[in-house]
Amino acid sequence: MDWKFNNDSPIYQQIMEQIKAMIATGTLKAGDKLPSVRELAIEAEVNPNTMQKALSELEREGLLCSKRTSGRYVSDNPANANILQEEMMMECIKIFIDTMKKLGYSMEDCIQFIEKYWNNDI
Amino acid sequence: MKNILECHNLTKKYGSKVALENLSLSVESGKITGLLGPNGSGKTTLIKIVSGILNYDQGEVFAGSHKIGIESKKIISYLPERPYFSPGMRVNETIKFFKDFYNDFSDDVAVDMLKSLDINPDAKIRTLSKGTREKVQLVLVMSRKARLYLLDEPMGGVDPAARDFILKTILNNYNEDAGIIISTHLISDVEKVLDDVIFIKNGHMVLHKNVDEIRSEKGKSVDALFREVFAC
Repeated sequence: MDWKFNNDSPIYQQIMEQIKAMIATGTLKAGDKLPSVRELAIEAEVNPNTMQKALSELEREGLLCSKRTSGRYVSDNPANANILQEEMMMECIKIFIDTMKKLGYSMEDCIQFIEKYWNNDI
Repeated sequence: MKNILECHNLTKKYGSKVALENLSLSVESGKITGLLGPNGSGKTTLIKIVSGILNYDQGEVFAGSHKIGIESKKIISYLPERPYFSPGMRVNETIKFFKDFYNDFSDDVAVDMLKSLDINPDAKIRTLSKGTREKVQLVLVMSRKARLYLLDEPMGGVDPAARDFILKTILNNYNEDAGIIISTHLISDVEKVLDDVIFIKNGHMVLHKNVDEIRSEKGKSVDALFREVFAC
């Protein structure tokens, strides 16, 4: 896993977002076992307590679950990936629309651009 | 969580110059705490007092249940600003030295770490670069199973790749029963491995807070907050 952190928001939130993205994109699948907190913390080069906090929060949100003796898993609920996918899509659309509005383009312009560039590299 | 370090009304003067004034603070086991402050704020003085190599004028300092002294040295592993081994010693002699000095030192751990760093155990300290000497010193300090690690500028003289190695070493050796205090100027490099930060200024503590709380409350990194608090 490739971890990147910015300076704007708490690290544990950024860890949560990145794990959610991995579930949304299928990098992590329902039922997958996660490495231990320590392994993940060393891989991401973050404090183990911070990693623990992020994973506990994801558990609270129902995206991860832990089995007492065997570790932590991605929840066995395939709907989760769809919900996360939709959330990420909405987030991208929102940023796209906001930016295009600021640049002064109309919705018609945007649709044209998307049709023109969808299958091509820009 | 239990406090592994407690300072009560600690005062230290160098002649008429006050280095620490009435400083009270505590650090919990299981946490990695950043000790941050501008040059001359008292970071190194505090670390040297806790490690037991500098006397203080007033107040009380406890590491676990021990007042600072011979007993506290057994549970504290201290990385000084500058490596202290004599240039004529070989790396494996420094390992023997540590094994002789400290009951909680594991030479297996040290040898493994030196191997992963590609440091020749037969090399004389004299032949090593400044950065490599610092790495050797860190390897020794982190190969102890101490209750409190005091790391004074652990990344001062090393390149960015070695900084990553140092952070990984610290995380690898982290355990819930020990506290780690890191003093540094390179805040953005260490920020994500810290639980808490302590800001000190002119021998006083101005802030002691959780890193994620700082980010969520202030909407900025510790590095940015530091620049604001200590703006010249």
